[in-house]
Amino acid sequence: MTTTLPPLDTAPLRRRRRRAIGVQVACVLVSLFMAVPMVLIGLAAVSSPDALVEFPKPLIPSEFSGDTLLAFIQATGTIPALGNSLLVGVYTVVLSLLVGAPAGYALARRVFRGKDAYQVFMLLARALPIVVLSVPLATMFLDFGVYDTVFSVTLLHTTLAMPTTVLISASIFVSVPTDVEEAARVFGCSRFEAARRVVFPMALPGLAASSIFTFVLSWNEILGAAVITLGHRTLPAQVLASLGEAPQAYRYAGGFALILPALVFILVMRRYLVNMWGTTLR
Amino acid sequence: MAVAAFDTPRRSRLGSSPWLLLAPSIVFMLALFGWPVVQALISAFSDDSGFTLAAWERLFSDPYFLKALRNTLLLIVIVVPVQLVLAVAMSLLVQARPKFLAGHFYLWTIPLAVSELAAGLVWLSVFDSRGYLNSLLVSWGISDTGVQWLNYTNTGTMLLAVVIAEIWRATSLVFVIVVAGIQMVPKDFDEAAQVFGASAWQRLWHVTLPQLKPSLQVALILRTILALQAFAVAQALTGRDFPLLVGETYQWYVNLQNPAVASAAALVVLVLSMVTALFYLRTMRQREGT
Repeated sequence: MTTTLPPLDTAPLRRRRRRAIGVQVACVLVSLFMAVPMVLIGLAAVSSPDALVEFPKPLIPSEFSGDTLLAFIQATGTIPALGNSLLVGVYTVVLSLLVGAPAGYALARRVFRGKDAYQVFMLLARALPIVVLSVPLATMFLDFGVYDTVFSVTLLHTTLAMPTTVLISASIFVSVPTDVEEAARVFGCSRFEAARRVVFPMALPGLAASSIFTFVLSWNEILGAAVITLGHRTLPAQVLASLGEAPQAYRYAGGFALILPALVFILVMRRYLVNMWGTTLR
Repeated sequence: MAVAAFDTPRRSRLGSSPWLLLAPSIVFMLALFGWPVVQALISAFSDDSGFTLAAWERLFSDPYFLKALRNTLLLIVIVVPVQLVLAVAMSLLVQARPKFLAGHFYLWTIPLAVSELAAGLVWLSVFDSRGYLNSLLVSWGISDTGVQWLNYTNTGTMLLAVVIAEIWRATSLVFVIVVAGIQMVPKDFDEAAQVFGASAWQRLWHVTLPQLKPSLQVALILRTILALQAFAVAQALTGRDFPLLVGETYQWYVNLQNPAVASAAALVVLVLSMVTALFYLRTMRQREGT
């Protein structure tokens, strides 16, 4: 039977395979561009201080040592700054949810006059560089006596996160079906009870995901934290302030330490990335 | 219609007005966003004796400021188009469903969570005069002592380093927006074009890209506004040798202790962003209208 068939045209198949190889090569190139710098700073961070000043540096450091990282961790201010960063991040998440989620719920469930204006205001606020306002904010905080506190940085970061929190939580509440809420009201829940007992638990996974985004935003914010604080810096602000007099080893170790959380954040959040950063935030 | 039947009587509906839920966020934004804008205007245009333009004169007579303005605009003009093209290419690669897609996707999105400062420090390990790039150049014999990439006399190579660091850091944001957009484009059009014998290039140019236009617009404008705020990358790589607008705000406030001039510089960034943002909202509106 095989003898009667005309010769098989394998050109499309080969073209397909060539295309797949081309795509794979391009993917690997982009991945290398993204990964190599991180590997390099990782290698620099685990080099011994002596190996760091070598020139030309070999790719694999001539001497591994934890001294570089240890020196960064033991440098004045690093540990308290880490604590401040964590505190500010957690407070910002809580405060922005407390203030923003109800607004998101209102946007998702209600039709009212002024809704459009409110949404435009939030979109505009999201697009504007609120951080550059840290200078007048610093003056304000000085007047109120809260300058240079974890609380003041929390307020700034919550302002930064507010538009996104409102818009994301609105889209989360929209995705909770109204039927269940109505069912709860039929069975005698008040509007508030229905929201608290039925809608909120169903929206919780989405809200948790958006909280991580808020935390990352606060964790990475640098200008505002650097302007508003003096003694109680967050970690990026501390590293920025130390850049001037710090040795190269401190910079590499600091850069590496700032990157590590990013690896974890994205690993945890990769399922939500496209939805949250790609769709909701536009 | 059924929904209306469950609605509570008018009296209690007033009690749970949506504005009650919106009020905290409005108060918050007015106090910490609206009021500081007013404060910035006051402090930039006045001193103890009343209205004055002294802060502006000082800002504009500062050689760093004009350099910062030029650098910022240059950075936007170079980085944003490159990022758009790169992000579209990366999204098309994702659409081709390569092997190890999850791994590639992970690596491509890591910079989303990397702070500006960290990105600057990462590339410092590459571009430093004793960094990895020069080590490579010297050990391959291409150069004897390496290139002083970040020396303050080499504006060109400093720009190059900042541009590469910015592309590395922020392309993933554009990528995520474009991937979200490309997933919403129905496959039918592309398949139809394929049936009618359109080449891959023709399909990209005439089918995919026009449908991606809304996403591309959003990415373009968001990135432009964010690029206006770039500062820590340049700060980490070059200190003040490669000034950017927001970096000048920081310098005037933190190192030169002059809030008035810092406010003026902040207002410049704010106005530039406002112009871009209004343009952004207008295009969004038009899109909804059609």
